[in-house]
Amino acid sequence: MIRSEPLAIRVGAIESLSPTLRRVWLESADSGLLPASQPGAHISLTLRGEHGRHHNSYSIVSACDDRAAYQVIVRRTAQSRGGSRFIHEALKVGDVLQASTPNSQFPLQPRARKHVLIGGGVGITPLLSFVRELRGRDAHVEFHQFAQDAEIPVFERLLEPFGGHGLHVHPGREAFDLGALLDVQPLGTHLYCCGPPTLMETAQATAVALGWPSTTLHSESFAPAGGEPFVVRLGRSGGEVAVGEHESMLEALENAGLPVASLCRGGACGECLTVVLDGIPDHRDHVLSDAEKAEGRLVMPCVSRAKTPCLTLDL
Amino acid sequence: MSIAFKSDESFREPFRYSNSDEAILRFPFPFAEDSYMYSVNIEPHVRGGPTGAFQAAFDVDEHYVAECRERAMVLRQDPSRCMVLPHMVPAQWDTLELIMESLAEDYPDQFTLERQGETWTWTNRPLGLRDRFTFGDLRSLPREPFEYVTRQAQGDFTIQDQREGNLFMDGGMVTTQADWSLEFDLGMSFHEWHGPVPVAHELGVFDRALQYLMRIQYGKPVRRLNWTMTVNPRLDTSPENYPVWGPDRTTVTPGNVGDALHLRVELQTLFRLPRSNAILFGIRAYLASIAELARVPKWGRRLHRVLRDLHPELAAYKGLVRYRDAAVGYLAAFDDGAPTGAGIAPDTARLRAAA
Repeated sequence: MIRSEPLAIRVGAIESLSPTLRRVWLESADSGLLPASQPGAHISLTLRGEHGRHHNSYSIVSACDDRAAYQVIVRRTAQSRGGSRFIHEALKVGDVLQASTPNSQFPLQPRARKHVLIGGGVGITPLLSFVRELRGRDAHVEFHQFAQDAEIPVFERLLEPFGGHGLHVHPGREAFDLGALLDVQPLGTHLYCCGPPTLMETAQATAVALGWPSTTLHSESFAPAGGEPFVVRLGRSGGEVAVGEHESMLEALENAGLPVASLCRGGACGECLTVVLDGIPDHRDHVLSDAEKAEGRLVMPCVSRAKTPCLTLDL
Repeated sequence: MSIAFKSDESFREPFRYSNSDEAILRFPFPFAEDSYMYSVNIEPHVRGGPTGAFQAAFDVDEHYVAECRERAMVLRQDPSRCMVLPHMVPAQWDTLELIMESLAEDYPDQFTLERQGETWTWTNRPLGLRDRFTFGDLRSLPREPFEYVTRQAQGDFTIQDQREGNLFMDGGMVTTQADWSLEFDLGMSFHEWHGPVPVAHELGVFDRALQYLMRIQYGKPVRRLNWTMTVNPRLDTSPENYPVWGPDRTTVTPGNVGDALHLRVELQTLFRLPRSNAILFGIRAYLASIAELARVPKWGRRLHRVLRDLHPELAAYKGLVRYRDAAVGYLAAFDDGAPTGAGIAPDTARLRAAA
C-alpha cells in the first residue's frame, strides 16, 4: 500500500464506558476497507479544539483484520488542550475526520516465549490489541492491569472477551509486589508496559535490577513527530517562516514556497543539509557527527527542530 | 493497461531476451550524475518518477511471464531459494496481502482480488491462475503464502524481522540475485549481511541506513536503486550457480561487449508490514544491454563516464574488472563530451537507431 493522503474516516458509533472514558468506532468515510492495523498501533486524528487543530494519537483496540472499523478508547483529561475534550463533548456519530494510517512504535515480539503485559489506567489500550492477538496465536500471556476502584468493572469488561486465565485487574499499585511478579518469570519472557510514567519507570527499573536483558523490556511512548513551535528566519531573503508543532521544518519551508532539496525525509541521507546562521538546532538526524551537532552550524530540516525560539538559516 | 508479454524469453542458454523501445525508455537508469559513489540514496516510493518503472508499487513489465517461469525453474532445481523462518507467518500473510492488493490496484486488467470476509479469490490472468483461499488459513493455499505470492511477482523479496534495535533477514524468495545467497544470509542481522560490501562501512552508510529503515512507516514505503553488470541476460547469478555463470565473464570481447554486457539495475523497495511489523524488501532486477542503453544519447554518454571513472574497489566488488576496459572502449563512441542533464530521465522520447 502506498498512501500519501490522510484517511477520511466517519464516526460509526460512540459508547460511554465511564464518566471519563469513551469508545469510538471509526469507519472509512467511503465505506471501503480501512488499511489493516498492527497490534499496538495508533492512529493520529485531526481534531478541532478551542485553539485550532489538534493531532492526537490513540491506540487501536480492535482486531488488526477488522478492516470495517477501528475502535479507539479516549480518556478525557483535565489538562486537555482540546483534543480529548472535543471527543467527549462535541464528537457525534456521522462526523467525518482526518486520520493517519495506523503506525506502530510498540510492536509485539514474535520470538518471546512468554508475554507479560502491565497496564495502568487508559494505558490498557495498546495492551488490549496485544492480548487479542496473543490469544489468537495461542501464546503464553499474563496481563496485570492497575485501575482506580471505580473503573475496575470497566477494565474487567474490556478484558472479558479474552477469557479470565492469566488476566488480572488490580485496585491500585501500592499493594502489588512488582518485584515478586518479575522475579519468577521464565527465561525468554518479554515485558510490555503502558501507563503513567511512574508505572513505566518503576517496572523498567525493577526488571533491570532483577537482571532482565534490556532487549526484553518494551514500553509505549508516543514519540512526537513534531515538538514546540518555533520560527525560522531566512538569513538571505529576510523573511520568517513559522514551524508548527505538528509539521517538520522542511514541510514548513516547502509550504512557504522555499523548496529545500530533499530525498529520504527521515534524517538519513543528508540531502537537505542547511547552514545555520543563528540559534541552536535540536538535532534529530543520523547524518551529522556528534562534533557537528555540538557545533550547531548545520541542520537537517527534515527531522530536526530548534532549541531556541528562532533559528536563522542561510536561505 | 495492456502489456505485450514476451512469453518466450529465456534467461539461460540459449538466451532469448531483449527490450522493446518502450522497455528501454522506461528503464530505471541508476546514474543521476556522471560519476558514482555509495550514498544513502533512499527516497519515498510514490507512484510517479523519472521513468515508467516507477509508476506502480510493484512494477510489471513485458518480461513478467518469462520471469515467473524462470523463477519456477530455479525453484524446481533448488527449493532452498525460498525459505522463511517459523516466526514469520504473520509477515507471510502481510506480504501476500500487500502484493495482491497492489497488483490488483495498479493492473486491474491483469489481476483481480475479490474478498468476501476472509474468503479471498485471486485471479492472475497473465499466468492463468484463479485460486480461492481463506486469509489466515495456511492449509487453504497450495503453498505457504509468501512463496505463493512471490512466485507471481518479478524480482526477489526478503522479509526482515525488527527486534533488539536491529533488522534480521528471516525469510526470502531469491532466484534472480547478484551473487549473494539467501541460505547463507538467512537469520543474519543488518550489518552481518552487508559485511562483504567495501568502502560503505567506513562511510557510515549502514549505521545511518539501519536507523532510517527501522523508522519506515506503514503506507509510506521507500525505494533506492542499486546496480551491477552481468554478462548475458542471466537473472540467476547466484553463488550456488557460480560454475554455470562465472565463466561467462571470460567471454567478453570488444566485438561482442555491446550485446553481451548488461547493466543490471535493482529497484529496491522497502515496505513496513502491518501485522508483523516486519519490513518487506523488494529487489526488482532490470537487465538491458549496454548497446540498448546507448540508444538513449544521455545514458550512453553518462554510462561511459561512470564506468571510466569508477572507484577500483567498487569495480572489483561488482566483478567488472575483466571487461571494464572493453565496455569503456565500446561506450566511448557514444560520448561526444557534451554535458548531460541532471537526473536519470532519458530526456528523449525517441531512441537512436539500433547499431
